[in-house]
Parts: sequence; C-alpha cells; structure tokens
Amino acid sequence: MAEMTSMESSPKPLLSLRNINMSFGGISALKNVSFDVLPGEVHCLAGENGSGKSTLIKIVTGVYRPEPGTIIDYDGQTYPHMSPMTAQAAGIQVIWQDLALFPEMTVAENIAFQTVLGSRPRFVHYGHMRDIAVKALARLGVSLDVDLPLKEYAIAQRQIVAIARALVGEAKLVFMDEPTASLTQSETDHLLDIVRNLSAAGVAVVFVSHRLAEVLDISNRLTVLRDGALVGVYPAAGMIQSRITELMTGKTFDHKLRARDVSANPVVLEVQNLSRPGLFEDISFTVRRGETLGITGLLGAGRTELALSLFGMLKPRSGTIRLEGKPVRFSSNRDAIAAGVAYLSEDRLSLGLVQPQSIADNLVVASLGRITSGGFLSDDRKRELVAGWITNLGIRIGRQGDAVSTLSGGNQQRIAIAKWLATDPKLLILDAPTVGVDVGARAGIFEIIAKLADSGLAIILISDEVPEVYFHADRVLHMAEGRIVNRFAPRDCTLRDIEAAVYA
Amino acid sequence: MRSIIQSHATEFALLVVIAVISVVLSLSTDSFLTPGNAFDLLNSSSVNIIFAVGLLVVLIAGGIDISFAVAASVAQYVTAILLGWIGGGGWISGLLIAGGVGVLLGAFNAFLIHKFRIISIVATIATFNIYFGLLMFFTRGVSIYNLPDWLTERVILYEREMADGSWIEITLPVLVMTICVIATWIFITRTTTGRQLYAFGDNPDGARRFGVNIAAMQFIAFGWLGLMAGIGGLVQAHYAQEVVPNALYGRELDVLAAVVLGGARLGGGKGTVLGCVLGVLLISITQNGLNLAGVSPFAFKMIIGAIILAAITLSNSNLEKRLPFMRQAKGRG
Repeated sequence: MAEMTSMESSPKPLLSLRNINMSFGGISALKNVSFDVLPGEVHCLAGENGSGKSTLIKIVTGVYRPEPGTIIDYDGQTYPHMSPMTAQAAGIQVIWQDLALFPEMTVAENIAFQTVLGSRPRFVHYGHMRDIAVKALARLGVSLDVDLPLKEYAIAQRQIVAIARALVGEAKLVFMDEPTASLTQSETDHLLDIVRNLSAAGVAVVFVSHRLAEVLDISNRLTVLRDGALVGVYPAAGMIQSRITELMTGKTFDHKLRARDVSANPVVLEVQNLSRPGLFEDISFTVRRGETLGITGLLGAGRTELALSLFGMLKPRSGTIRLEGKPVRFSSNRDAIAAGVAYLSEDRLSLGLVQPQSIADNLVVASLGRITSGGFLSDDRKRELVAGWITNLGIRIGRQGDAVSTLSGGNQQRIAIAKWLATDPKLLILDAPTVGVDVGARAGIFEIIAKLADSGLAIILISDEVPEVYFHADRVLHMAEGRIVNRFAPRDCTLRDIEAAVYA
Repeated sequence: MRSIIQSHATEFALLVVIAVISVVLSLSTDSFLTPGNAFDLLNSSSVNIIFAVGLLVVLIAGGIDISFAVAASVAQYVTAILLGWIGGGGWISGLLIAGGVGVLLGAFNAFLIHKFRIISIVATIATFNIYFGLLMFFTRGVSIYNLPDWLTERVILYEREMADGSWIEITLPVLVMTICVIATWIFITRTTTGRQLYAFGDNPDGARRFGVNIAAMQFIAFGWLGLMAGIGGLVQAHYAQEVVPNALYGRELDVLAAVVLGGARLGGGKGTVLGCVLGVLLISITQNGLNLAGVSPFAFKMIIGAIILAAITLSNSNLEKRLPFMRQAKGRG
C-alpha cells in the first residue's frame, strides 16, 4: 500500500519516526508508520478521523508511548519515546484543536503561561509576562491588548494567542490540529500568512486537517494516513483536493452537479422582505417542493440568524413568511416544528445532540408526541421509530441504547438529521451539516440530502464551503452583511463564479 | 478609567449598591452613618471575611465546599481541648492548632475529591454531616465556657472617641482578618501557584496538558480554605468568648452567597479578593442597617435574598448592556 516517493538529495530531517506501532486494547491504531518533517517545511498530515493522525501527534509530543521498536530521531538525538516535558524542552509544540486556553485570564498570561508553571511557588512577574506576550505577538505581526481577558476576543484571535504561546518556547516544530476548522476565509488567509512567516524563519509546521484545500498551496509535502497505515508521502505541488480525498478514503468521488430545474413544483416556503435590523435585511426568496436551496457567504453574513428566524427562535422585525401559501408567525420553535419546519443546528455537538444520552432518546426527542400511547411514552413505538430511521438513513450503530458520543462525526450527523425527519417536516434547514465530518462521510450525508429532496422535502442547505452548495443545491443565494447580494443557478455558472463573488 | 470599570464590573456594581444602601440607611436612621457603627461592622464581619477569602480560593479552583463552617467548629473545639491539656497556650499555639486542624479537614475533602473523583459539592455535603455528626456525638452538644483568659480577653489595638461621641475601636479580629485578606490576595494574584489555580479552575483539561499538578491544586485549594476555617473558627471563639458546637452551623451558605455576590463563579476561574470582601460587607451593612432601622429580624433573610438577586443581576456582565457608553468594539478584527 505504501508508495514512497523518492527523497533524493533532500536535507536531513528535523524529525524522523520509524516503525511506529501503537494499539489500544488490542486494536491497532498505527501500523508500522514512518513520518518525516524537514526543518522549516510546511507539512500536511492528512487522513480521515480515526486514521491515526492524532495518535501520531500524541506520540511525537509524548502524551502516548509507542510500542517498543519505534525510533524517534529528532534534532540529532534518538529517543525510544517522548515525554511532554522533553518534547516541550526540545521545541516541539502543539496547538490543539480546542486551543487549551484560559478565557478568564489575560492575553499576556495565556501567552506566557509557562512562566507560572512548575511545582515550586514563585512570585509572578506580570511585567515580564507582558514583555514575552508583546514580543510573541509582534513576531506574528499582530497587535492585541495583552491586558484584556482572553474571553473578550473572538475565536480567530484566540487561535493567534495559541500560536503565540507555542512560539514562546523557542519552537522548532509546531503541530496545528485542525487550525482552520472555525475560521472564515479571511481569517484563514491571515493564519496562512503567519505560517509562511514561521516557515521562512525556520520553524517547521505540520498541519493536521481534513479540509486541506486551503493549506495545500503553502505546503511543501503531504503525508497521508488511512486506517492507521501510511498511504504515502507526496510533494504538495501539483496535488489537487480530489486526489487527496481519494488517497484518504481509498475511494473515488465523482463531483457531478446535482442541480435540477424544479420550477414546476409548488412553493413550500416563501419569504418576503424579511428584516431584523443589524442581523439581516430585506430577504426574499422561495423554496419549492423537492428543491435544495443553498445559502452561502462568510461567517457573520447573517445566514444562521436568518435560519433561526425561519425556525421561530429569532423574531423578525418586518416582512412575511409563508408556508404553503399561508402566512405564519412563529412565537417559538415549538410553533415552527408543529408547522413542519426542522432545523439542524450548526453546532451539533452542543445544541443538536445530547452527547451522553442514548441514540434512541436523541432521535425521538423532537417527536415525542408520535410515540405516546395513552399519554405515556411507549418503548415499543420508540424502538420501531428509531429502527426505521436507522435503516432508512443507513446509520451504523451498535445498540439503540448506546450513547451518541460513541458514534463517529458522520453517524452523529445522520442521527441529528433523523431526529428532525422523525418530526415529518415540510422544510428542512441544514446549517453547516458537514462541519467536523470526514470527507468520506460527507458524501454519505449529501446522498441522504439528495434522497430527501427527491422524496419531496424542501431543503435549505447553509454552508460556508462554496463547493458544497455549488454541487449539491439547485439554486444558490449569496449573503453578505445581512443581505442577499447574489443569486446563482449552478447549471448556468461555474464554481469559480460563486467563489469569486464570496471571497472578493 | 473606563477599562478599570470594565475589568472590575462586579466590584464597581457592588460599590454602587453599597453606596445606595448606605445613603438610604443614613437617611432613615440616625446611628448608621457614624464612625462607631462603621468600625462595629468591621469588627463583626471579620470572621465571615476570613471564611470568605478561603472559600474564594476553592471556588476559583472550580470546587465548592459546604463543610468549612462545621470544620471551623471542629477546629474550635479541638483547639479549646488541646489548649486545656497543654495548660493555656497563647495566640501563636492556638492559631497553629486551629489552622492545623482546619488544614487536615480540608485535605480530607481534597482527598475524597481527587482520589475517588467525587464532585466537590457531594463530597463536602458528606463531610459536612460527618464533621458535624462527630462533633455533636463527642461533645454531646455541650459548650465550653471556661476558655483560657488570653482567648476571651478583648484585644483592642486602637481606640478613640470621635467628635460625635461615638467610640471607634479596632480589635484583634480585624488585624487577623486583614492579614488573611492580604495573604490570600498575594497568594492568588502574585504567586505562580495561585495563577495555576485560576488556570485549573478556568480550563482543567488545558491546565492538565500543560503539566499542572491536578492533585496539588485540589489539596492547596481545600487546604487554604481549611486554614482560613481554622483561623476563622478560633477568632469566632474569641469574639463570642465561648465555644458552642453548633454556633457556626448554617454559616456556610451565608458566606457562599457573599462570595458569589462578590463575583466568584461557581465553576471556577473567576473571582477577586476585593469582590469577595465587598460581598460580605454588603450583606453585613444591610443586616446592620435593617437592625438599626427597627425592621423585624424575621424579614432579614428575605430582604438579603432580594439584595443578592438584585446585585447578581446587575453585576453579571449585564452592566455593559445597561450602560451602552461602556460598550466597545473588540474581537472580530
């Protein structure tokens, strides 16, 4: 399976791992994997969830101990394994996906946090901390008020604080775990500039991501893992997204336009001049039976707010919403659910599903009225309803009683969709349905969406990834600063046209 | 100025509320706004402030403790008995014994919480019952009145008659309280261990990944509260001139309310010594003022409950929304 590209006359690697094997409870997480990073290079580590990316990082940073036989060569020294202390002391830093920051503490304390570490109590030198923080931020070309609590800053700046913190320790090798997952395009661009500067200054950066399009053009090389094994190491130049997806999943995906003409179908939702000053203004559009309407735009364009107002969770100031011709005015989302609107939230992990509760309980929570008999919940009807949707959507689960947290991202998303389908909606609003979902599983989700549309459901698909709406929606609305600024029909335009408008 | 108000919104709100209440009380009673009364208030609030700064440390570290007030009673009782055995003792030996007993009881809480992963409210409700049960069982509810002379003798550090005829005095509890407040402030804001406590309370998982010693954090936080409980217990015995086993029973909720009022967050990572002291003072001032105004003591709890709700509503970051001029564009650069 491993097809190593030749690496003739390349410089001596900064980090070189050989024969890494690691298993958890008898299940092999990494099988005989090797991994090299050259000094100052930008390296992508690609793979689906569960392919072994995080295990690999945790071995390099000393969180896990690999099985004997592993050789870690780093910066001229050979280690049988790392420990968090030796890794940090040797200049290996990780920016975790959740950032591991302290929101109540100041920016300066977050960046210079290592000055307060150690078990022997000492006095804190706030001046010294500020100097460290200001210097680290200046290195990134960013100015933040280092005396403000971190919670005052948005996620993009917090990311920068996390990077600044990694640089304090004279980093030679920085791992970034899903750094762009919650950033908009312009914030991502800024992050990439920072990475370019780091690389120019001799710091090697390893990106771990399953959204690689954006980091591909600044990367030197790419290592792909699949199911705990090395697929190969490739030069980034000339690599394209679809090829990476194939390497990661071992499958080929054809990108065919889904867009169809459904203008003969009856209108399900009609929105006219809907406004809520400050969030969205003068929004008018229709969605027909069997139609998928894509809404795209940058973060903060008002997409989610618009969706929430269609779902009764945010009251519009003016304008009308008609469902199947009848004007509706929702005073809560319960009204909206009763009227046949379903909304799959952007933040599935915290809003959409109750992670510790069972799959069955999550699936039926929005449609409890359907499974009662004589005023009490009927276990039989619940089991029947759940089993029906699990089969229908092809969800792979263990038992109905297992906690939702035991499922993969893709299967969790299917449970969330099933939860809303169980309410028998006329209109399904999907807000960023593929965030945190693997490439392979994404295709499965879009298959479900297409199937639902074919069965007559009206669907609104919200995404900030333009290709998703281009390939999977029948029409596309582009929102910016709370307004609809462009309307596209994918049949009559190219992907570039929409991307140019959105990222302009 | 704006940024100072912004970063200390809770303390600022408390000061405003205290000022408003003081004005109202001084208009409705003659005796409230006298230096004598102000110093009385300080003397009588000392024990609660000592408890409060101890509890603050536990709240910052993300825990909660229900048992500290009865732990203080245990410390009082053990100290009184041990002092009898060693034949009198003095303030130094008294504070060492009481503080030591407090630290041991606090460490037992930390042990349960860390070793058996019991959440702190459950662990300390259990130890609250254990400590109090043991105390009542062994003492059979009998109070101790024959305390050593040094313990019951009032120590007046400063006294003076004011122009209005009221008498001001600063007593030993105020000195002990001041030392505890300053020590806690230095500990949590100026030492590396204190900052680790904040970080641990703010993001336990993040702190762990940095190699912060989680067990040490629990023992230090609950140990500090135990120390303050022991000291506060001895000072309370001195102030009351007796050791009554159930004298402090129920005090834990009053102190907890005051600390939360002062801006500490149940859940960790947030809280200041100044806010904590102001929280205790606000409750004492209200109680004292109502007393002077001749309000029925039966109405106290109700009014104090209402004030806690009002102050928390005002301080819980709503200040910015209520006062639009303090808003400021930030983030999302």
